[in-house]
Amino acid sequence: MDKFIKLDEAVDQIKDGMTVMIGGFLGCGNPHKIIDKLVDKGVKDLTIIANDTSFVDYGLGKLVANKQVKKVITSHIGTNKETGRQMNEKETEVILVPQGTLAEQIRAAGAGLGGILTPTGVGTIVEEGKEKIEIEGKEYLLELPLSADVALIKGSKVDNFGNVYYEKSTRNFNTIMATAAETVIVEAEEIVDEINPNNVMTPNIFIDYIVGGEK
Amino acid sequence: MDKKQIKEVIAKRVAKEFSDGDVVNLGIGLPTKVANYIADDIKVILQSENGFIGLGQAPEKGKEDKDLTNAGAQPVTIKKGGAFFDSAESFAIIRGGHVDATVLGALQVDEDGNLANWMIPGKMVPGMGGAMDLVVGAKKVIIAMVHTQKGRPKILKKCQLPLTAKNQVDMIITEMGVIKVTDKGLVLTELGPEVTVEDVKSSTEAELIIADDLKKMDV
Repeated sequence: MDKFIKLDEAVDQIKDGMTVMIGGFLGCGNPHKIIDKLVDKGVKDLTIIANDTSFVDYGLGKLVANKQVKKVITSHIGTNKETGRQMNEKETEVILVPQGTLAEQIRAAGAGLGGILTPTGVGTIVEEGKEKIEIEGKEYLLELPLSADVALIKGSKVDNFGNVYYEKSTRNFNTIMATAAETVIVEAEEIVDEINPNNVMTPNIFIDYIVGGEK
Repeated sequence: MDKKQIKEVIAKRVAKEFSDGDVVNLGIGLPTKVANYIADDIKVILQSENGFIGLGQAPEKGKEDKDLTNAGAQPVTIKKGGAFFDSAESFAIIRGGHVDATVLGALQVDEDGNLANWMIPGKMVPGMGGAMDLVVGAKKVIIAMVHTQKGRPKILKKCQLPLTAKNQVDMIITEMGVIKVTDKGLVLTELGPEVTVEDVKSSTEAELIIADDLKKMDV
């Protein structure tokens, strides 16, 4: 099955109102070309699930700055003033989640789990509205799975089968998001014939479409 | 002491808390400076919550790598023996008790070891990032901060700001001293340079127990 598509075709998969996961950490490991194309196309009312909202002019934060986001589920917005402003003016709904919890919620969705129990957030406002479960005398919060319509991830090397390798600290949320969405699109920095199976970080069965790779 | 000296004193003292082989996560800002003062004869492995161990110094100018940044988006290097992983594994390391110590700043800390450092409602809401997981998961939680905020105490009887975590702080290191969080309350164990016990008490809202063997801070 040929998974290669053009950048335009990739962006066409994303419709107004969809929930979209975007891999990356403050821009490092963001699929920048897809993001830029989404900004050009102006797809709107998106729910974004991402570690952070990066910066106004770098990474997925551009989508926030361009007012294409109606809701964001994230652990940090402090580096993007526009997210804070939109939250305060009630233009955008912001749900703040501890980073480790966010990672596990996404992992749970991809792994077919009904949720996870974490001690993080117990005794803070994060526990509001959540079920608390005591196990062997310790309290945990029940955190539910998080899935998306589309996951946009960034691979440093992607092979012809769709296997993905991530360079250095670009891996972050990319691997887990690749498991948790209906449609997964990887933006490749470089396309190679074959990645040594020992070095594959996201197995090709998780990848629906590949874009990029132009030198 | 001027601001720079104050931060240096705090960072130097925090660095003495580590032992050979410790896995340590340093928060953004003042805690990051602690790395500069770790003794040469011990090996401390720094964890970066965006996905690696073996966090090194900033690269030389011109040698920055867009694929290698720290949790504050600054270009960094990785040391020999380092390893990369994804965010789920990074927080398995953090939450799972595989980090020996974490050093973070604070807006407020209180007598019960409660910490508030992630938001001021209506004013500053950056998000908690990895702080809540770090404070719950690390074996030792060290708060490194300037003792007061514009003269107002930050070490309180009870935190007023939304908490980052409950009962997790082990010690507080400021330019005025070292305070341990115990079942009996906050114990001043070391006194900072150029201050008296009375100075510390008057800059601290929380009740302070003075250790019988109160020492001078070694910095």
